[in-house]
Amino acid sequence: MTVVFQRTSGLTEKPFHYCPGCTHGVIHRLVGEVLEELGVLGKAIGVAPVGCSVLAYDYFNCDMHEAAHGRAPAVATGIKRVHPDKVVFTYQGDGDLASIGTAEIVHAAHRGEKITTIFVNNAIYGMTGGQMAPTTLIGQKATTAPYGRDANHAGMPLRVAEMLATITGAVFVERVAVDTPANIRKAKKAIKKAFEVQLEGKGFGIVEILSTCPTNWGLTPTEAIKWLQDNMMPYYPLGNFRTPEEAK
Amino acid sequence: MAKVLMKGNEAIGAAAIKAGCKFFFGYPITPQNELPEFMSRELPKVGGCFVQAESEVAAINMVYGAAGAGARVMTSSSSPGIALKQEGISYIAGAELPCVIVNISRGGPGLGGIQPSQADYFQSTRGGGNGDYRMLVYAPATLQEAVDLVMEAFDVADYYRNPVMVIGDGMIGQMMEPIEFTEPKMRELPPKDWATTGTKGERKPNIINSLALDPAELEKHNIKLKAKYNEMEKNEVRYEMYNMDNAEIVIVSYGTTSRVVKNAIAALKAEGINVGLIRPITLWPFPTKAFDEIPSTAKALLSVEMSMGQMIDDVKIANNGRLPVHFYGRSGGMIPTPDAIAAKVKEILGGAR
Amino acid sequence: MAKARGKVTFREDLCKGCELCTTVCPVNIIEMDRGRINIKGYHPATVKEMDKCIGCGNCATICPDVVISVEREMEK
Repeated sequence: MTVVFQRTSGLTEKPFHYCPGCTHGVIHRLVGEVLEELGVLGKAIGVAPVGCSVLAYDYFNCDMHEAAHGRAPAVATGIKRVHPDKVVFTYQGDGDLASIGTAEIVHAAHRGEKITTIFVNNAIYGMTGGQMAPTTLIGQKATTAPYGRDANHAGMPLRVAEMLATITGAVFVERVAVDTPANIRKAKKAIKKAFEVQLEGKGFGIVEILSTCPTNWGLTPTEAIKWLQDNMMPYYPLGNFRTPEEAK
Repeated sequence: MAKVLMKGNEAIGAAAIKAGCKFFFGYPITPQNELPEFMSRELPKVGGCFVQAESEVAAINMVYGAAGAGARVMTSSSSPGIALKQEGISYIAGAELPCVIVNISRGGPGLGGIQPSQADYFQSTRGGGNGDYRMLVYAPATLQEAVDLVMEAFDVADYYRNPVMVIGDGMIGQMMEPIEFTEPKMRELPPKDWATTGTKGERKPNIINSLALDPAELEKHNIKLKAKYNEMEKNEVRYEMYNMDNAEIVIVSYGTTSRVVKNAIAALKAEGINVGLIRPITLWPFPTKAFDEIPSTAKALLSVEMSMGQMIDDVKIANNGRLPVHFYGRSGGMIPTPDAIAAKVKEILGGAR
Repeated sequence: MAKARGKVTFREDLCKGCELCTTVCPVNIIEMDRGRINIKGYHPATVKEMDKCIGCGNCATICPDVVISVEREMEK
């Protein structure tokens, strides 16, 4: 028999600290696999966020920075400007990227920074205990939206991929999900493309990944996958919003 | 090299480039704009890179990235902008990265004004950001000193792996003075083998980080940082003692204010009143030991600042209750006059003699 | 037609018992071992009838903790 699937060298041996069924682990693995398959682990420099994936620097088998909340794209800018020949990426959640870090992500895209951003959208603040995020859905309960998110009070959930796709410097923007094996394979393709765009020097690439938070959603991991499919996917449609060809 | 006449902000930029600074991340704010403008013009010529960030917060985090990636990097701003940079400065100190931060300060609080001020003494020396950290702070009084200190600041930052601030009030940034660029004396610096340069598959990943969730580990880190700060206190204190022989009053003053004080000292001398000056060149570490050299003729200390009284706290700590401590200050962009300072000295001495 | 034969190996101590792998197996051979708990304190996922495995890799693909490795060969 031949091995068709094994742990990628893009990840360290450290076991993930994530809750059972949290799909951060799937996304970490995809990024690690892509870095390995592209042969860029030795020249990759990643930036970890603040949030559940704050310890991402322990998991990726490449040089890493830990950034302040929301600032990963600015930190990545500093790194990439020093090392234009290296592969620089940020890994950020929705509190980090879509709330406190909106200025940094918008302007990294706006400058066309040749970096790749992995944006994990699970519609909630996980690390701090299930508070409302800009991406929290209408009616969705959170510890700071105990009656469910009300559009009149908190606005409508922010669609990051669509927003960033309006920026010229963002040459690759795609939204994927990690709810099924088929979608996970598609997610990996998108992540690979977002790194290839950087390697080709074309500009900023981002993949928004719909992810689960069973713990703070108060669901089992399998229920959480279904909740993502039933609630997140209709509001956050999967698909490509921008390719380098369109960006021309 | 012959002397050249330059504006302070540009001279600081030229000094940085001469010291090997290749990267600058900044955001416009008065009265320091000529500095980023200069860097945007000159850095590309030396194979460096200038990026105008979307905010001061982003700029300092770009510095954090570039410093971690092993570069000589600088940012500059003015008081409210430096306030915004405190997040990044704390992270840079925590992650032990070298960088130089220039504050061409202005009056506050809040948006304040754009005129010269020294109201950022607390912000600079008390750790404007969170946590147990220290930052070396140079306060030049002349453009020549600003240029020399900026050049040295990069070496000091690399040597200690710590942020270094150069603080000049708006006068330092805006005035023109003749400057001579001398070759800075270089320290022996270890290689930056901690920097994120890509593993090339040849070493374990380098991680730039200030997070330590285990309290015992974080305390250990803080003890290590403190030992480093102790070294800085031991080796890096700079100050000037001026006209101390038989001084009846000793003024403590830094930056451009100290130049006004020297005029007052000259005027008082003509009237037969001997006044000395302790001029801290490093605000942190504060030159506490200078206060042990005060002559026995001294009856009182006078802290003269362009603030409502900030450095006076350190003067009192250094004085340790030995002499009465007085204060004279102007604020909001108002500059003390030699006459007013002389009048304050006479008031302390009990009126004109 | 050639039939695929597979083998999956679980690094059981990494399993957090989330059960996602059990939902994506096309031949329904993965189950949670209710009789045991692993070092993390979870009932680990396990395969009872390995000869039915086709080595599709679905379980490994959705596993958030990289517990599973997969081998495969085509039967002649």
